Amino acid sequence: MSELLEVDNLRISARNDDDELTPIVKGVSFTVDRGEVVALIGESGSGKTTIALSSLGYTKPGLEFTGGEVRLEGEDVISMDSDQLRSLRGQRVAYLAQSAAATFNPALTIGEQVTETCVLHGILTQEEADARAETLYRALELPDPDRLGKRYPHQVSGGQLQRLMAATALCGKPDLLVLDEPTTALDVTTQIEVLKAFKSVIKQEGAAAIYVTHDLSVVAQIADHIVVLYAGEIQEYGTAEQVVEKPSHDYTRRLMHAVRPPPAAGQGDETSGEHRREAPALEVKDILAGYGRTQGGVPSITVLRDVNVAIERGHSVGIIGESGCGKSTLARVMAGLLPAAEGQVLLDGEQLKPALEQRKRDELQKIQFVFQMADTALNPRQRIDHILGRPLEFYLGLKGEEKRRRIGELLQMVELPQEFAGRYPEELSGGQKQRINLARALAASPEVLLCDEVISALDSIVGANVIQLLKRLRKKTGVSFVFISHDLSTVASFADEIVVLYAGRVVERGTTDAVLSPPYHPYTRLLISSVPELRVGWLEQTMQTQEAQAGIDRVVTLTEKGCPFFDRCPLAIEGTCDEETPPERKLTGNHVIECHRSEAEFAQ
Amino acid sequence: MLWRAILGRFGISLVTLWVVSILIFIGTNLLPGDVAQIILGQMATPESTAALRAKLGLDKPPIQQYLVWLQNVAMGDLGISKAGLGAGLGTPIVEMLGPRVYNTARLTLLVAGIAIPVSLFLGLIAAMHPGTRLDRSITFATLNLISVPDFLVATALVLIFAVGLGWLPSIVFLRGDETGWVLIKTLAMPILTLVILVSSQIIRMTRATVLNVMSSPYIEMAILKGVPRKRIILRHALFNAVGPIVNVIALNLAWLVGGVVVVEQIFSYPGLAKLMIEAVLMRDMPLVQACAMIFCATYIVLIFIADIASILSNPRLRHPK
Amino acid sequence: MSESQQETGPSTQFEELPDAPPKRKIRLSWPGKIGVSVLIFWAIIVAIGPMIAPYHEADILDEELFIVPGSDEMYPDTDFQPPSKIVLLGSDYLGRDTLSRILFGARTTIGISFLATLLAYLIGVTLGIAAAVGSKALDMSLSRVNDALLSIPSIMFALVLIAALDSPGIFWLIIIAGFIYAASVFRIARSLGQEVIVSDFVEAAKVRGEGLWWIITREVLPNIAMPLATDFGLRFVWVILFISSLSFLGLGVQPPMSDWGSMVKENLSGLVYGSVAPLMPALAIATLTISVNMIVDDISAATGGKLAKRMIS
Repeated sequence: MSELLEVDNLRISARNDDDELTPIVKGVSFTVDRGEVVALIGESGSGKTTIALSSLGYTKPGLEFTGGEVRLEGEDVISMDSDQLRSLRGQRVAYLAQSAAATFNPALTIGEQVTETCVLHGILTQEEADARAETLYRALELPDPDRLGKRYPHQVSGGQLQRLMAATALCGKPDLLVLDEPTTALDVTTQIEVLKAFKSVIKQEGAAAIYVTHDLSVVAQIADHIVVLYAGEIQEYGTAEQVVEKPSHDYTRRLMHAVRPPPAAGQGDETSGEHRREAPALEVKDILAGYGRTQGGVPSITVLRDVNVAIERGHSVGIIGESGCGKSTLARVMAGLLPAAEGQVLLDGEQLKPALEQRKRDELQKIQFVFQMADTALNPRQRIDHILGRPLEFYLGLKGEEKRRRIGELLQMVELPQEFAGRYPEELSGGQKQRINLARALAASPEVLLCDEVISALDSIVGANVIQLLKRLRKKTGVSFVFISHDLSTVASFADEIVVLYAGRVVERGTTDAVLSPPYHPYTRLLISSVPELRVGWLEQTMQTQEAQAGIDRVVTLTEKGCPFFDRCPLAIEGTCDEETPPERKLTGNHVIECHRSEAEFAQ
Repeated sequence: MLWRAILGRFGISLVTLWVVSILIFIGTNLLPGDVAQIILGQMATPESTAALRAKLGLDKPPIQQYLVWLQNVAMGDLGISKAGLGAGLGTPIVEMLGPRVYNTARLTLLVAGIAIPVSLFLGLIAAMHPGTRLDRSITFATLNLISVPDFLVATALVLIFAVGLGWLPSIVFLRGDETGWVLIKTLAMPILTLVILVSSQIIRMTRATVLNVMSSPYIEMAILKGVPRKRIILRHALFNAVGPIVNVIALNLAWLVGGVVVVEQIFSYPGLAKLMIEAVLMRDMPLVQACAMIFCATYIVLIFIADIASILSNPRLRHPK
Repeated sequence: MSESQQETGPSTQFEELPDAPPKRKIRLSWPGKIGVSVLIFWAIIVAIGPMIAPYHEADILDEELFIVPGSDEMYPDTDFQPPSKIVLLGSDYLGRDTLSRILFGARTTIGISFLATLLAYLIGVTLGIAAAVGSKALDMSLSRVNDALLSIPSIMFALVLIAALDSPGIFWLIIIAGFIYAASVFRIARSLGQEVIVSDFVEAAKVRGEGLWWIITREVLPNIAMPLATDFGLRFVWVILFISSLSFLGLGVQPPMSDWGSMVKENLSGLVYGSVAPLMPALAIATLTISVNMIVDDISAATGGKLAKRMIS
């Protein structure tokens, strides 16, 4: 193997309004050999995307090269003029952006955008390019390859666009691919599919690649070499095996530590105490909810159907599902933000009014909602002590010295220094804001805390710390948790019980151990097998299994009859699963699977 | 889907026009004392006022009056004006409007014909070279021009071209049979004023629209794909900017509807707006109503065109799933 | 940091990196700085203009003032005189001092426009916020009527109302301008309010059980105050131009009061003699309106042009 790309002591700085330079990339060097995948890994602000873009001789507006060289086959791309850059980008280096939905031009056909570059640079004629595009569509397992080129970007799904991005990049047979977090925005079951397609296409084409991501488990599947970055500097640089299996640097170890182990039985917190006979802290029964105009009591867009969940006192229940499955809607129904069209919400066995406005203040106090995005959940015009002080005043009637003391205690509880009381939200980092967000909910002394994707917007190390904090808070306060997430490993590491939602229906529920060990519902099985494991070679193994076949992304719709998972299910029974609502199969304990197949059949 | 959106917009425009007609009707009937009294003046006997009132249908309840008025307007009968009163019952408004509408339409169409190409050119030039000297001077000049009163531009132009250089007349005197060079010279001042005012707006908004498109991720992607600059602008950016730009132009031509008022007055241009001012000064209510309806209808049509432009430029509506 | 906090606080070695660069502060460019100075200048004139004016606004200057020493011309013209030591900005069609009339007129023009803008804000923001937080039916009906009002060019609307009211005084002028501009204030207040009302922090307040009043005054208003203040500047400019245009058409402020717009109209006949009398008040308006626009331009540059975009659309 010979060196294709050499990044040599690269320095990039940001210029602000005062013309001052702030270094963003501080002397980074690494090489990419032909046919090799090098991963740049780091958290937000590490400079990984900036470094990757430098191989195309490009910096984002406001940034500039301040030193070093980036050599492609010995030729420095930083010093190229605009004509040279154009042919470099058109013919030799191709870029895949994070959000394909935004990077496709809405007004042009997919075919034109895929073939544009190689035709413009005279690599292929339009006919050859169209034929090559079609070959790539097939290789990337895209539906309807012969007519796909004539469609417009908004007519295909997000996962498909992400793969079309790859087709665009590969069409001109570049020497080097730059992939910038290409699977981050996707659901797990879609991610594995896209990852698989990328890996095999890269291998087929023999191209080299730079793969930018924050996710170590993904890196382990695809990279030959790994560059670990922090604040624009290399922390560790070595082969994938070496970095993943024997990390030598402290920061890499911390990153590894933050990766939650793959979901498996026996991870959840110990179920506290024996099963008590009293009413659950919070319970929802036969919920039907949705948006839009209601007709005969049924909303025009139904999001949830026949949902039953009970949260025992002091327990934590994880609700898991992919985007659009209705998990956030369920939390909103519980909080009263979205009144359910049918069904009941019970607090301590007492029925609550469906709408927020009709509930009493002490009922509201007992259920507290923690919003996903701390950035938007805290009023930017209020100081932290006002944010935390308001619920104390509102629910508990605390004033003056007593209130101030309690604010101090709350800050201590979420492990933040006391002087934060006098700051505004924008003076805090993302993780700190999320802690304030939690503290505000705790200020009400609630019985149930509804946590909606509370760590999904955070970097992995920060997110892991917040999970640790949540565990300590649970022990300390005995509050019940409803923990909503799209990430099965996160839920598995925190919850006593798990509810799996698919297209607005509960497909499986039970204790964490029961849900994460056989027998599985076919969808749960797919979810579990889709979570990347932090070991080299996992992807190849998984690709052999039949579950992977079900991962092909489809438009998920809530059907009135039959099982919503029917069209993806490897065990589907034609004529039954698409016609009849699956029965609740009660297994050991309170483990429930909704499926037409029997226990024995799951085990296969 | 596309047709439904367009039909929907059309429906909204009709409803708006109807609500506007109500507002104008209410507006012109705010004060006690009615058209009959205004027409005949203080000296009229109660009998003659009552007779005229009956003839004009003013003795009926307001809602019925409105309906009669609306029906007449729809049939093309805009009522009678106070002007030329003395012997009979005044002049039918339709007759008075003809030449005025012609003059105003001629003026605005000439302005649009000059302003649109000029301002698109300057707006695109500015957007293609953002931050350069050229761009900064264009933005600075246009910002100043949109900030100042219309009559400042007009008076400054008169001082320069009529008084200082003596090239052009400071007042428009139309006999109606001018052609060629004479006509151009006669209309030059109001046209120049309006072109400067309308162009400043269109230039700024065209620039903002194109820059907005140019900063979108798909343009950055096109740059990273090595697409040549010319193609990025002509195929990737302009394709997406065309709808918003047509929208901008239509909205600014709608603005022109208000802009002619001051300009026609300054240059004594015998157009519809000047007629309306005269009507307001003489409290000739039927004439005010008629002029206002024509202006508002034009305005609503232009806004409708602007909306259609945005609908047509939306690929989601043009190519449904 | 004290020791105890170091234990609980985040580790110093690999601190969480900031998510975004700090917000840009509003920086005044040099046109912006000039704008602020001009604005302050006019504010002072509004306060003390009549006191420092060399003559009264209605004073028709004496011929004697214009007699050139040594000349035998005993009865010189006093109207449309060019700027000189006696009349710094020249005299008008009746032989009044233009400078004095501008200094007096500042109070009328700026005062009327300011009150009208204030009125427009009072109506527009109240109804706009009501539409944003209120029921769907309320929002629909308010918005429909508002759309219709916006479909009438503002000058047309004013002409109809002025004709109906039969040469109204200053009071009605303020009411008319305030009412007409309330429609566009309504639109912006409603869209700003709607944006905030669906934000997570308002939702958090609702889940807490806060009342409507608390949500409006503590959550919504503080977050839309800044963009509204900027819009107030722009709206003020438009109202000045609007009132001046009406006065220019002879339908606004009536003589003998001096107002910048009507001053242009009165002296229009001087244009043919090359008199600057109609130009000076027009320039006075321009200095004021350009200044406000320069300042607003700097503010919207600092907010990434988001504000400007909303105001155009």
